[in-house]
Formats: sequence, structure tokens, C-alpha cells
Amino acid sequence: MSSVANSPPWCGQSVERVEDAALLTGRGRFIDDLPTRPGTLHAAILRSPHAHARLTAVRTDAARALPGVAAVLAGADIQKLSSSLVVGVKAKVECWPIATDRVRYVGEPVAVVVAASRYLAEDAIDLIEVDYEPLPAIVDPVAALDPAAPVLHEGLTSNLASERTFRYGEPEQAFADAAHRVAVTIRYPRNSCTPMETYGLVAEYDAGEDAYDVLANFMGPFSLHAVMARALKVPGNRFRLRTPPDSGGSFGVKQGVFPYVVLMGVAARVTGQPVKWIEDRLEHLAASVSATNRVTTLEAAVDADGRVRALAFDQLEDVGAHIRAPEPATLYRMHGNLTGAYDIRHVSVRNRVALTNKTPTGLNRGFGGPQVYYALERLMQRVAVQLKLDPIDVIRRNLIPSGAFPYRTATGALLDSGDYVKAFEIALEDGSFAALRERQAQARAQGRLYGIGLTAAVEPSVSNMGYITTVLTPDERRKAGPKNGAQATATVSLDPLGGVTVNVASVPQGQGHRTVLAQIVADDLGLKPSDIRVVTDFDSGRDAWSIASGNYSSRFAAAVGGAAKLASGRIKAKLARMAAAQLNVPADDIEFAAGKVRARGNPDNALLFSRLAAASHWSPGLVPEENQALRETAFWSPPELTPPTEHDEINSSLCHGFIFDFCGVEIDRVTGEPRIDKYVTMHDCGTILHPGMVAGQVTGGFAHAVGAALYEEYAYGEDGSFLTGTFADYLVPTAMEIPAPVILHYETPSPFTPLGAKGVGEGNCMSTPVCLANAVADALGLDAIDLPLTPAKLAAHIHGAESTPPQQERAAPPPGKGRALHGAGQAYVDAAPDAVWRMLLDPNTLASIIPGAHGVEKVTDTHFRADVTLGVGPVTGRYKADIRLSDLDAPRAVTLTGVVTGALGDARGTGRITLAPDSSGTQVAYDYDAAIGGKVASIGGRLLDGAARVVIRQFFAALVRHTGGKPAKRGFFARLFGSGA
Amino acid sequence: MKPARFDYIRAGDLAEAHHALAEFGNDARLIAGGQTLMPMLSMRLVRPQVVVDIMHLPALRGIETTGNAIRIGAGVRQAELLAWPKLAEQLPLLKAALPWVGHAQTRSRGTVCGSAAHADPSAEIPLCLLALDATIELSSRRGRRRVAAAEFFTGMMTTARAENELIEAVHIPARQTGTGYAFNEFGRRHGDFAIVACAAIVTAANVRLAVGGVADRPALRDFGALDGKALDDALDVFAWTLDARDDLHATARYRRELVRQMGRETIEEARRWHA
Repeated sequence: MSSVANSPPWCGQSVERVEDAALLTGRGRFIDDLPTRPGTLHAAILRSPHAHARLTAVRTDAARALPGVAAVLAGADIQKLSSSLVVGVKAKVECWPIATDRVRYVGEPVAVVVAASRYLAEDAIDLIEVDYEPLPAIVDPVAALDPAAPVLHEGLTSNLASERTFRYGEPEQAFADAAHRVAVTIRYPRNSCTPMETYGLVAEYDAGEDAYDVLANFMGPFSLHAVMARALKVPGNRFRLRTPPDSGGSFGVKQGVFPYVVLMGVAARVTGQPVKWIEDRLEHLAASVSATNRVTTLEAAVDADGRVRALAFDQLEDVGAHIRAPEPATLYRMHGNLTGAYDIRHVSVRNRVALTNKTPTGLNRGFGGPQVYYALERLMQRVAVQLKLDPIDVIRRNLIPSGAFPYRTATGALLDSGDYVKAFEIALEDGSFAALRERQAQARAQGRLYGIGLTAAVEPSVSNMGYITTVLTPDERRKAGPKNGAQATATVSLDPLGGVTVNVASVPQGQGHRTVLAQIVADDLGLKPSDIRVVTDFDSGRDAWSIASGNYSSRFAAAVGGAAKLASGRIKAKLARMAAAQLNVPADDIEFAAGKVRARGNPDNALLFSRLAAASHWSPGLVPEENQALRETAFWSPPELTPPTEHDEINSSLCHGFIFDFCGVEIDRVTGEPRIDKYVTMHDCGTILHPGMVAGQVTGGFAHAVGAALYEEYAYGEDGSFLTGTFADYLVPTAMEIPAPVILHYETPSPFTPLGAKGVGEGNCMSTPVCLANAVADALGLDAIDLPLTPAKLAAHIHGAESTPPQQERAAPPPGKGRALHGAGQAYVDAAPDAVWRMLLDPNTLASIIPGAHGVEKVTDTHFRADVTLGVGPVTGRYKADIRLSDLDAPRAVTLTGVVTGALGDARGTGRITLAPDSSGTQVAYDYDAAIGGKVASIGGRLLDGAARVVIRQFFAALVRHTGGKPAKRGFFARLFGSGA
Repeated sequence: MKPARFDYIRAGDLAEAHHALAEFGNDARLIAGGQTLMPMLSMRLVRPQVVVDIMHLPALRGIETTGNAIRIGAGVRQAELLAWPKLAEQLPLLKAALPWVGHAQTRSRGTVCGSAAHADPSAEIPLCLLALDATIELSSRRGRRRVAAAEFFTGMMTTARAENELIEAVHIPARQTGTGYAFNEFGRRHGDFAIVACAAIVTAANVRLAVGGVADRPALRDFGALDGKALDDALDVFAWTLDARDDLHATARYRRELVRQMGRETIEEARRWHA
């Protein structure tokens, strides 16, 4: 026997990634690296600065007239050549890739400019004038459901887009019988996984065939191919979608490029030339997709010993301004496994979906998991605290028992494999939990703030394409027809030199699919991974694909890897029959090893694999088959993924990994900064195909989770202004902030997948945020805590009451709402109130006190318009100002209302000026409210309020100066506006 | 995110830079390391007619010891100063503060004087210049002047530099014997702008604390020989005078607390050095 025959399989080894040589030497081929056809135009998008406003006019003449501009398209132009994107709930709402009658979130596209270069396109964007009629914005999903709230979509009577209730087992009885009821209410914030490469595409339209051809760094699911084709009003075979060879990260986010495919498809059709669009970072943060924010109340019926008998979920999902496909999938992805890793038989669920004036949501790593587990695992900690039990015991008592697998959950998931109790005990032992407890005791004895957090979770993977239909009633589902499955495809072919090529529709973004597929097929055919070439750039016109194709729900290893194994197996069977004829042994006795196809037990009776594989090309007659083609495509969909039942039970995912995490977190008493002292994460992800990549997935998921837990939030002001428009304010942790977790494994192969593998890439995004929060709650003794766990938020629980400000120092004005600024002040003017009043109403006054005014146009005695240059330091912009005087009470008071709008954003403010006689002169007092929106609000971050105060200060200082006054006393302005006055 | 059109002038000498500033005034922007200006150009926050590049001018290179001060030219990158062999001996406060300035990547291009010119209220370099009584050397076609740091930083991103002037150098007094220095900062992530930054300088007769990230410019106070609770009380008053504000990342109250507690810690660290 050859020793090579006994060499270990490639699967299970951390072989070198075939992707890395190119990626690490700058030779990746990303969308923006690829050559484009001569004549390709470049697009830029004008985006809404308002969260909610009626669009009354979009004037594009000046932009169209700019040399180099090929087209300027507003909503109506797009509507002419497309139709609304399909919406996944039964509601009368449309979803266009561009604003039509109103804007509903900051960043929503308003117009597209197509020009000879991106520079010119952005120049033209600056020339478009839009009239907005601002409407009240709805930011909070609870407020969105207030009957008095403005309704975002005409077709709806409220902002509630969907509501369903579910009942499994006997939850009412369980609650009635319960020794204890424990509840948590959580507000899970908005965040996103922010891939390094943003969206990008090149769209072409072939007028001769009425067909679109789009190259985009889309990631699936390809059910959206149907959505895009329908929106572009062509049959699926006239919408060819291709992907570049490399894509720089996605984590779900690049699903959201699809509305832009439609938008730029239309732009290409209008201009008759290819149109390229690369999303920039400002666009990405404001308007790509966000994970959903969710308000959840979760209550448990609990026995005296901590055993949870029933759960009652009330989930209110905020999908933003539109229900963009595949939403509201985030809310239903976890439906089958809402009971987590626990044996809980009675569940009630109320699911509501609200629309708000925020960016539409979409896929993000963890998809629905972080929101569910934050509630569930905070609840389990609260059970322990309220019942004065050890949280370890609470988890242990509730885990699904060993030997119960496959386990059907109350809500319908079929948990494929596992031994949760054993994996849990191994984690406590190998992760040295007892030592962590000692470490905590020591720290606490020294007066330090040290907490321990725990989480158990089930990580679902390989989504059932039918889970989304759980949002429909059984009756609606009957009418629509069944939807289910997770069709995976792979093609294996042999070339005339006997080489093996694998084509898949898995659309990776750096995960290493090519390496793992080479391992799988090499094992199957007795070859080396380097003998296998794997092609992952995708072409819907040529490759085998289906609606479930793509790279999401951690489906690769289990589904695509499995399909490749099946396709390879068919090739192998065919080759075995060929070899059997030539080697004179039964096909069953043929083995594939060491690059040979040979008789089992007689390795000398062998053929070179490559020679045999090439035969069908050079001598087809040697292939003893009716179908001689040595190219096989496997379509694989697991039978376990059935549609929702009549009782709304849904096996929402094929595979279910197990996770148990624990951590120690210390909080700095001065800064409130949490420091992760130790983090242990135990995974059962079934059979591990590539340990290095699994470690990479766990580490990467953990990094995203640390971001979500401690740093990241898409923040909005109460007026809907977007406040985290750059990476200076949307804080993504770097290598400096992320400790290395201790990763443990316990493998129970999935019986439902060809390779026994399960997904592993999303689990820590689900388990880690709440594990860290549980530790922080333990450290500070908090009942409730929401993410992100920022130092200032935590410090508020540590710092205690503050000293009172010294008498000569006034307290700062009360904090405003959102972007609102408040201020007040007064000054002494050496002139009588009558004189001051006349000056105030003199039309020339405004011209001299508005900072940077380039002439004032008097519309009426109390209404003025001006072009102004405003700014701080080097950051200046030109704005149009509209100023009105009202509530005139001569010579005592007047209200001044101003609106300024410009390319950098807009501001509106109201100031009341009062005059009071004081000895021989007048005390001029004023107070103001102002709000800032648009680009500067999104990217100005920490400097914006200060900068706005500088501008307002300039205005009032000029007013006082103009009326002949001086600040009342030295340092007066300093306290009002900062020490700069 | 592409800049609006501008002209680029690569100044052949200092006179040409002066000339461009005289001609274009506020419509001209100087570029040296470009770590602040380039993103602002790309975001169209600034739209100058001309960008005047002075980075390569030999007259602006070099770190020189002149008398009891160190002169750092406008062409000196932050990384260059950090690597200067005499830094620890001559400018121990900057030795402590510079690693907090941005990241290794931005320091390798950003300049010391560029940070002073931009006058970000959270920036470390303006804070150190103030704490150390540095002076800023400005020049224009009309001449040359030196402005004390305390007068130079006039507000958020605003300085005493006239439109036609450029910063030619900063002059920083070298380390005094019998003086202790310490620097501390709190930001959300490594390399972020400071939420609060503290620089302490302690001598036998005086305790000085300068604070960045709280007011609209770095702020400084001398506490004389105060110690113990009296010093804490004085720090409390100082914290209140800084007009701290709420923003996305921290509350005003949080900032004041860090001024009190981190300020005191920084002073104690400088004292240990002094001792």
C-alpha cells in the first residue's frame, strides 16, 4: 500500500488559502479595479438632507448644462422606465430606489447625475436645486405607532406595516402556574458591519435585445434577481447579473446594492452608455443598509429552581423608511429557534414591524440573532438575579438535554445535532471558569468593578427560503403558494488535460470559499487542492444558480460545500465506471487516491486521474455512458426545509450550531471604560473543514460583536438627522480594541448536510454583545442596560452626584434634543429702547449683522432673503438665508426666524429678542433655538455644535455691535457660547 | 467624495508661497502633510481656489535647538519629531503626547505645524504648545512675527494667523531642570480625537494643568503650590469654567469629571517625575 493512500484528508486541515497570494500582494480584482468599456460614464447621487419632507421641486437645468454631464435623473425619470421593487408584506406600499414624492430618510437618493467623470458628476450635484417642504420626522418605532404620528406611506393607515401573533404550546397556562415571572425590556440599537469595500456596479443596457447586463458586487440572495428584473421590467433571462472576482467584505451588507442596480440600469438605458457607480463612504454610512433596531419585551414563566417554562415575546421591529426586500426577514430569521439553547415548550409571540424615517434595513452578520439573544440572555441573567440563583445553574437547568437531538423546538425548528450540556461543561472546565470567578472575587475585594457575563445560544445557518413567509397568515400563504428550501448549486467539470474546475454561485467576499471547495473536491477525487481550480465570480447568464444562491446565512460550508461534494461524486462515479472497464475490476472496487484511479488492494493496477479525466474529450467512445459529458451540476436542497405549517411552525434554518460564551469585564472607575479581561467562546459548528478559517470566522464575528457592544451605533437626532456619517463618529473597533478570545470546539456533525458541517460565521455576533452586557450589568449591579456600552453611559452609574457649579460660573444650557442648540444672553446698549428698536427694524440692519451676507433682498418689511457665506475656520459654505421677523411688540420684543440652506446642509432657528430700559440705555436680551441637518450634521460630529455656536455668536455679537452696545460685562459671552467670545 | 476643482501651486520657495497667500488670501489653503486638508477637500467642506504646497521647501525642514528653545519647521512631520533622538531629553511632554496623535500612518505624513494651524480643540499638539508656553512663528510677504500659543489659539479651528500668513515654525522651550511633565488622554479608541486630554507641568513652586477636548480650544490654569483637597477644589472650579458640552460620545458632566480625576492623576504623575 502506498503511504500516500493513508494520508489524512485535506478537509480538517488548515491548508494555505488560494485566495491570499493575490489579496496580500495587492492583486485582488475588485469592482473598481476592473477595466470598463470606452465611453463608460460615472454616476453620483444627490441625497436627501431631510429625514422627512415633501419634494416640491427638483430643478436640474443648471446641472444638465454643465459640460460633461450626460443625464440628470430625478424620481419621475426613473419611474418612467421601471416599476416599484417588490415588497415582502401584504401592504399597499411601494419601494422605489429613489425618492418620488417625498424623502423619508437622510441619504435617500433624490437625483442621479451621469457624467464623464465622478468629479464632474459631483460638480453637477452641487448645481441641483431641490425644494423640500419638511414634515415631522418619526425616529422611534414606539412613537411611530402613535395614532397621532404622521404616516410615512400613503397606502397605509399607520406606520405599522405588519403585525402577527403566534402561540405555541400552552403559554397562558404556564404563566398562570409559574412560581415567578421575570421580564426584560430592551432597545437594541442600530448598527452595521461596514465592509471595507463599499457598493459598486457597472450597468449596461442593450437596446437591440432590451436586456440589461450589470456587474455588481452583489452577494445574494439571488431571489433578489427576480426583484431586480421585475423592477427593470424585463424577463429574468434579459437581466444578466455578474459579480467581480473579488469583493471586499460584505457581512450581509452588499445585499443592499440591489436598488442601485435598478437605478443605474435605468441610467444606462437613458444614456445609452455603460454607467459606473462606486458608493463612497459617506453614502455608505448614511444610506446603504443598517441592521434593524428593535424594542423587545420578553417575559418568562419560571419555576422556583430557575427552570423556564414559557416565554412571551413582544417584538417591535424598526425597518426604517421602506420595507425593502427581503425585510421583514430580520424579524423572522430566528423564529424557529426563539427559545435559544433551552428546552422551553410554551411560547407566545407578538411581532410588529414599524416604519420610521431612518435608512431601510437589510442583511447584516447575525441577522436577527443579536436582537433576539440580547433579550433572551439578559432575561436568563435576570432570572438568576431575581431568584438569587447562580446564573450557571440557571443555564444548565434549562439547556436542551443530551440525547434529545434532533430536537423539534416549540416554534418549529429541527435542531439537527448537538450535546449542549456536554459542550457547556467542557467550556467551563477548559475555559477555567472557576479561576475567572476567583479573579472576580479578588478584584472586588480590591474595590474594582468586575463582572462576569454568560450566554448560551443556538446559531442557525442555511436559511429556509420559506421562513420569510411566516410573516403571512396561513391563508395568505395558501394563496401565494409554498416557498421553502435552500437550493444550493455546484458544477464540477474536467478539461482536456484532465484538470478539475469547480464553479459555484456562492459569491464570496474574502471568506476562502475557493480553498475549501478545493479541499472538498480534492478529497473526493484523490487529488491535491492545488489540482482543483475553483471559480467563484458569477454570471447569471452562464452559471447554475437558484434563488437561494449567494453568501448569507452562513450557508457556504453546509450547503455549497455539500453541493460540490455531490457534483464531484457524480463525476467520480462516472470515472469509476470508465476505470472499471479499463482495469478489469468492478466499479465498486475502484478507489481515487494520490492522483490515481486504481483497483482497491492493487495499487499498481492504476490509471493517472488526469489521463482518465481527459478521455471524454479525446476519445468519447471510452466513456461507457449515455451522457458522456464530464461536467456535472448538482442542485441540492435539504428535505428538512419545509414551508411553515398551518400552525406557523417553521424550521427556519437547516443547521443549528451551539455556542456557550463567558467573559470577565472590568470597568475603569474614572473613565467608565469597559475592558474585556477574558473571553471564552465554545462552538459546536459540526464538522470543521478548515480550522484556520473557522478560527477566522469566530474571531471576525467576535470583532463585529465587540463593535456592536461597546462602540458602534447609527445615531439619529430626534429630528431624524443622521449623526454618525463618518468613521470619526461611527466607531468601528480596530485591532487595538479587540482582545483575542479563547476559542473552544465540540464537534457534533450535522446529520442533514453532506459534509456534517454547519455555519459558524455569525454566532459571536449573536452571543457576544449580550455576554458583554451581562458582564457589565454584573459589574455595576444594573437591572437594565442597553447597547452600546459607552464609557460615558457607564460612568453615569459610577461618578455619583456632581459638585454644584461655582457661583461665578453659570451652568451650561440644558442639553438639546437631537441636533437642537439652545442659547441665551444679554447685553447692555447705550441707547434708548426706541432707538434700538428702529435700528432692529431697519432693513439695512440685517445686511450688516448677518455673518457673511452678500446683499439682502427685502421681500416685505418683515421678510428678507440673503446669500450668505457661513463657516468656522476653513470650513465655509455658501447658503441661501430666509429671514422673517414676527410677533413684533414695539419697542419691547421681536421674534427672528431664519432658515439657511446650502450644499453642506441646512439650519433653522428662532430667536426672541427683548429690549428693556436700563438707566440711560437698554438691556438687549435674546434666546434662541436652532437645529442643523444635512451633510454637516452627519459628518460634523463633535465639532458641529461648537461651530454652530460660533456662527450664532457672530450674529448676535454683530447685532449688539450694530445697536451700539457692548457685551454686558467681561466674560459674559464666554459663558454663553464658550470661552472664545 | 471628490474635491471641487482647485489649482495647485507647488511653491518654488517661501516667497512664492507668501505671494500666493497675499494674492488669494482666504481662497488659498496651504498644504503640508495633508492629513486634515485632504479629507476636507474630498468632502467639499473646504473649496479653495488654490492649494499651495509647502512641504518640500528646504527652509521649512529641520528641528533646531536655538538657545533654550527648539524650533520645529513647518515641514517637520509628527513622526520625524517623534523619532528625534533628543526628544525625551529636550521635550519630554511631546515625547509623552505624540504617540496619542492620530495613528502611525497619519503621523508619518501629518506635520507638527499643520496641527497647530488647524487648531482642532481636541488636538494634542496645540495643547502641548499652550502648556509649554511655545510661540508660533508666522511670516508673510510683509514680514515676520511671533505669537505666544496662549494668544494664537483663538477658538475652534481659528487662530491668530492672518490670511496672508503662514506658520513657518513653532518654538518650544526646552525641558527645564526641576520640572516634571506628564500627559494623559482619554478617547474612545486608540488614535481617536481626545474626549479629554491633560498635560501637567509641575515645578517646586507651581502646578500647571492644560486641558484639551473640552473647551473650544486648549485651556490652561496654574494652581501655584496648591495640593490635597485645595487642589481638588481648584480643579473642580477649573472643570466648571471650561464650558463642557454634550456630544455623541460623552456628556458635559463626564468631561468635567475626567478633568477633575484624570487631571489630578496627570498632576500626580508629573509630580512623581519631578520628585
